[in-house]
Amino acid sequence: MTPHRPARDVAIVAFAQSDHRRRTDELSEVEMVMPVLHEVLRQTGLKTSDIGFTCSGSSDYLAGRAFSFTMALDGVGAWPPISESHVEADGAWALYEAWVKLLTGEADTALVYAYGKSSPGSVRDVLSRQLDPYYLAPLWPDSVALAALQAQALVDAGHTDEPALAAIAGRSRADAAANPHAQLPGARPQGEYVVQPLRTGDCPPVGDGVAAVILAAGDRARELCARPAWIRGMDHRIEAHSLGVRDLTDSPSTRLAAERAGAFERPVDTAELHAPFTSQEVVLTRALGLDDSVRINPSGGALAANPVMAAGLVRLGEAAARIHRGASDRALAHATSGPCLQQNLVAVLEGDPRA
Amino acid sequence: MTPTPASPPEILRAPLVVEFPFTRSLGPVQSAFLTGLRERTVLGVRTEAGDVLVPPVEYDPATAAELRELVEVGATGTVTTWAWNPEPRTGQPLATPFAWVLVRLDGADTALLHALDAPGPEAVRTGLRVRIRWAAERSGAITDIACFEPYESDAPAAEPQLHDGRFTDPVTGIVAPARLDYTYSPGRAQTRYLHALSERRTVGERCPSCAKVYVPPRGACPTCGIATTDQVEVGPRGTVTTYCIVNIKAKNLAIEVPYVYAHIALDGAGLALHGRIAGIPYDQVRMGLRVEPVWSEDGRYPDHYRPTGEPDAEYDTYKEML
Ligand SMILES: [Zn+2]
Repeated sequence: MTPHRPARDVAIVAFAQSDHRRRTDELSEVEMVMPVLHEVLRQTGLKTSDIGFTCSGSSDYLAGRAFSFTMALDGVGAWPPISESHVEADGAWALYEAWVKLLTGEADTALVYAYGKSSPGSVRDVLSRQLDPYYLAPLWPDSVALAALQAQALVDAGHTDEPALAAIAGRSRADAAANPHAQLPGARPQGEYVVQPLRTGDCPPVGDGVAAVILAAGDRARELCARPAWIRGMDHRIEAHSLGVRDLTDSPSTRLAAERAGAFERPVDTAELHAPFTSQEVVLTRALGLDDSVRINPSGGALAANPVMAAGLVRLGEAAARIHRGASDRALAHATSGPCLQQNLVAVLEGDPRA
Repeated sequence: MTPTPASPPEILRAPLVVEFPFTRSLGPVQSAFLTGLRERTVLGVRTEAGDVLVPPVEYDPATAAELRELVEVGATGTVTTWAWNPEPRTGQPLATPFAWVLVRLDGADTALLHALDAPGPEAVRTGLRVRIRWAAERSGAITDIACFEPYESDAPAAEPQLHDGRFTDPVTGIVAPARLDYTYSPGRAQTRYLHALSERRTVGERCPSCAKVYVPPRGACPTCGIATTDQVEVGPRGTVTTYCIVNIKAKNLAIEVPYVYAHIALDGAGLALHGRIAGIPYDQVRMGLRVEPVWSEDGRYPDHYRPTGEPDAEYDTYKEML
């Protein structure tokens, strides 16, 4: 299949995120979101009234309240009315919607933000409510349990083992030491089994956090950013809901999304993979055919900070920021949603060639 | 009124429980499967390619073709992957440590997720032969399978048999109750508002840019997109900006109908909040009516508002807050 060529050049021109923390009891959602929105706007010099389209990602199940995103919306200055949309999903999918909006030419700039406040509830149980309500949800399998089934399948297939998983955890947290926003920077013990074969170190931290990016098209992007991170392609795919139908050791949806995004045309130098569990990084690197020449999750990845609903957007933002500062020329960013990598989004970002 | 800089409040917290009975209807395939479980019969569905999917679905996950050909499969099977759960959580199938398993039942080509009762992780492996342990009381739900248990047997696995999916008294719907426990904390602005209410004061917060006073404050000015900062005491009196007459009694509500629910712009506030109007016949409530809060003895917010007896406010004084 030939990847689609976007009709218009669109780039990520700014990225900001909060410090990701175990809890933020003192802040409402909008109080948590606002400083990040101000920071991402500051980077471009834009005001909210300059933004052509705003799109956000979050989940009512984390907040425990219906329409919780409307409260956070106050932080973007939504009066007088603005062109706005929301996805009940990770902000990476909000970014996809904003990208499409810019490709249609209906807007030249977009603000995308996402937040997750996991601390009020038990995120392991909360995520179980996204499962099929007939066969799965009544059994309350939690997110770690499902990831552990996938991890054991990988071990049985000979694709990994516990020391290899520990090495992924170690590399991620070591890299996170250079990330001032990370929740778990630096080495930590692998710990006991949470659900065997996954230990504490194989699992993401539970925390609260926010991410925001600004997209701009064509010359507008060049005005706003010295080295825009051009979105060369982006695609997202889903697999069967039933876990027993899928080969849990593979991620054909990731591979297809990457192919359609043009990821395999030329090598990438960086990959920001949304793998909340060490074992999921094994699946993704295999599905994407990434080798040692690719820098994987230099930010520390979701193992160092996993604000649910924002962690995927953070991957796009981190990959873009690396292009902005010249540390990467061509990066792959991936976001996931659902149990055992059920849904996957892949974007390919490039900087202009350097003289 | 003099604004006071908003000070960091003591963080408020309260339990918040979200509970809902997920009532769902079943299609022909799911109805047959779940009714079958009640009768200790496991049904799968055959795809056009000849694969047997257990648990069954109505549409082929690969081709989206409609699937209706039901077959009966075995109550014994093989573990395809597993994970040892040392600390069972609320709602999970077993209260003692167990293994989560995907089990491919004999005759099926796909696997079913459930729990396996085993003494410890050393007793579990991929490839382990297992059988269904049926729940003593079955209602037509996935929990009619209590769990799986290890079961070594030399008996040959039966071939899947066609099944018409018909049972007497079929299950046509399920109720999947869900409960999630949260600890709600309202954030800085609303915490300040709630603390003031406990002293029977109402405070709003002023936007430093447009000077509008928000009550109740949520921490941000939706026009300017910036944090509200200064606390401003508003009220206690206010003006009815608009209202409606409620004629249908809400469940568990002691208030007699008809009653009036109104938007009330407290003096000094930049927008109206809502409250009930009492102390005046419902058909005499009007826009511009001046009102004041009435607190019940241990109320944490005004029970209702009543007329102050002042002359009505001029329309121009509140028209911006409609
Ligand atoms: Zn304002």
